[in-house]
Amino acid sequence: MTATSTPPREAVPQQRVRQRPGDRIFAGLSTAAAVMILVILAGVAVFLVWQAAPALVAAPEQIGGESFWAQVTPLLFGTVLSAALALLIGAPLGVSIALFITHFAPRKLAAPLGYIIDLLAAIPSIVYGLWGVFVFAPAVVPIYTWLNENLGWFPLFAGPVASGRTMLTVGLVLAVMVLPVITALSREVFRQTPTLQQEAALALGATRWEMIKYAVIPYGKSGVVAASMLGLGRALGETMAVAAVLSIGGGITFNLISNQNPATIAANIALQFPESTGIGVNLLIATGLVLFVITFLVNFAARAIVARTTKG
Amino acid sequence: MSQLTTSGSGLGLGHSRHLPTWAPYGVLVLAAAFSAAVLALAGFNLAGFLVLTAITFMIVLVVASRAVEGPRKATDRFVTSLVVGSFLLALVPLISVAWTVISRGAARLDVEFFTFSMRGIVGEGGGAAHALAGTLIITAITTLISVPIGILTAVYLVEYGRGSLARAITFLVDVMTGIPSIVAGLFALALFVLILGPSARLGIMGSVALCVLMIPVVVRSTEEILRLVPHELREASYALGVPKWRTVVKVVLRTSVAGIATGVTLAIARVIGETAPLLVTVGFTAAINYNPFDGRMATLPTFSWFSYAAPSLPVEASIDRAWTAALVLVILVMAFNLLARVVSRAFSPKTR
Repeated sequence: MTATSTPPREAVPQQRVRQRPGDRIFAGLSTAAAVMILVILAGVAVFLVWQAAPALVAAPEQIGGESFWAQVTPLLFGTVLSAALALLIGAPLGVSIALFITHFAPRKLAAPLGYIIDLLAAIPSIVYGLWGVFVFAPAVVPIYTWLNENLGWFPLFAGPVASGRTMLTVGLVLAVMVLPVITALSREVFRQTPTLQQEAALALGATRWEMIKYAVIPYGKSGVVAASMLGLGRALGETMAVAAVLSIGGGITFNLISNQNPATIAANIALQFPESTGIGVNLLIATGLVLFVITFLVNFAARAIVARTTKG
Repeated sequence: MSQLTTSGSGLGLGHSRHLPTWAPYGVLVLAAAFSAAVLALAGFNLAGFLVLTAITFMIVLVVASRAVEGPRKATDRFVTSLVVGSFLLALVPLISVAWTVISRGAARLDVEFFTFSMRGIVGEGGGAAHALAGTLIITAITTLISVPIGILTAVYLVEYGRGSLARAITFLVDVMTGIPSIVAGLFALALFVLILGPSARLGIMGSVALCVLMIPVVVRSTEEILRLVPHELREASYALGVPKWRTVVKVVLRTSVAGIATGVTLAIARVIGETAPLLVTVGFTAAINYNPFDGRMATLPTFSWFSYAAPSLPVEASIDRAWTAALVLVILVMAFNLLARVVSRAFSPKTR
């Protein structure tokens, strides 16, 4: 493959390039590194399945009385609910921040402002966890109390309100964590909007918002969808922040502001792992496998959307 | 109601009326004054003040704009204030997190914290020297494994890769970016447990887990930089009869070394704060362990986590240690981010 790597000129007949040992070795090394990626990913799948298998086939009595799927369903519910909340809050915010940086902020400030938002991604998740449990959760209790008193008839806000370590709090913390992911990609897409179309819209007398509505958003729509799905993938797999903040107990519920919440898969692994032995570990690895499959599908869909847009 | 006050017939452009440019700022001052007055009666708090100010500001500005400039301009102003507001809203958690970590972490940011481990420590005092050492060792090993693989893979993708293998690898690197950190940890666990038995907890396991997270980041950033190297440089080198591999090493990688170093530094900053994979692979210990191939190691993130989740008495001292570990972690991450900027300046080829 090294022989053909320089772009051949049309007129010159294909000459055989002398194969030097250095070339072969280097090409071999870099190909090996690339194949290594394949091996690692295959390894992730194979070893997870291998170690998950004992729990997947075990009789219910062996893994705590209930079948694997009965145990994983509430976790799955908690995972999806928290990630969905994060996306519901984070996506609109992230997109409007991206719009702010690309189309509203002064040109000179755009780069530093973007850097500030990227700082949110630099904070380790354990720090978000500590912040969530010691600062944020107590701070939102008055809001939850108000919601419970005024909208308590609505199942989401049934309460009772206690410590603020609730599903809604987790959703909000996760929203902050996915914000930089969504903003970064949306920013890229919005920046690529054809300038001529934007100028044409402005020249026709459109206000800035009308220009964005008719020239920027239609162009960036699929990019925004992809960005949101990448954010969703991040929220689904987030571990420490959820493990620290969420007060766990009870099963599936849509009640967002009580202290009885279903755990998420990732948080459950982090919390249960230190005390697990034997088949308990296999059980946790099996739930991890379920998480892997879900995030894989979400990321796959996101990448497919990105690929389609950049091609077209 | 606005029909009467919009720009007359709407025929001539010159007739349309505008709010003065200082209008938003004036309205902001008014809204702040109004909210302060209202809250002075009801009992002042900062959050309530900011929220009330924002809402009043929006209502007044939009109504005024609708009355003077017409509905289209009013919508524009409404969206503008929403967009600016959402940016400011995102700053709230950032500032709050930074402030909390600094103020609460400073309590135990003393010499003892960096010179003592937790071995034999009961109650107050003690430190995270063992955790700091563990974090640095594990991150160093991770970097040593990930950087060659990552850079060579990027070289393959940019310089050699053609056809379906290259496409598959590009795609798989994307997939790898999305692997949840805890799943990476479980992978390393599953791998080593198979070889060493169910109770295996080693520093090197943590490194393997972190490699799964770090390699795709290195590949992505290096690939991006390598693609920026102008094709003329390669062609000039080939024209001089330089073999391909020397061209790649001496021209392509040399030109982009600043960008690669920056990318690597940022990747280190990303994995150094990972908690979950270390929790399941490296375990935790109270004593210093410098050997990543023998037994459990403590790391800063897990130190912070266990100080919070399984505190020793008195709880306050334990929580203080958790915050200080978090602060040290944040300082490390920020240091690597800053280092990335310095590195990119120091390594960039001198242009004379």
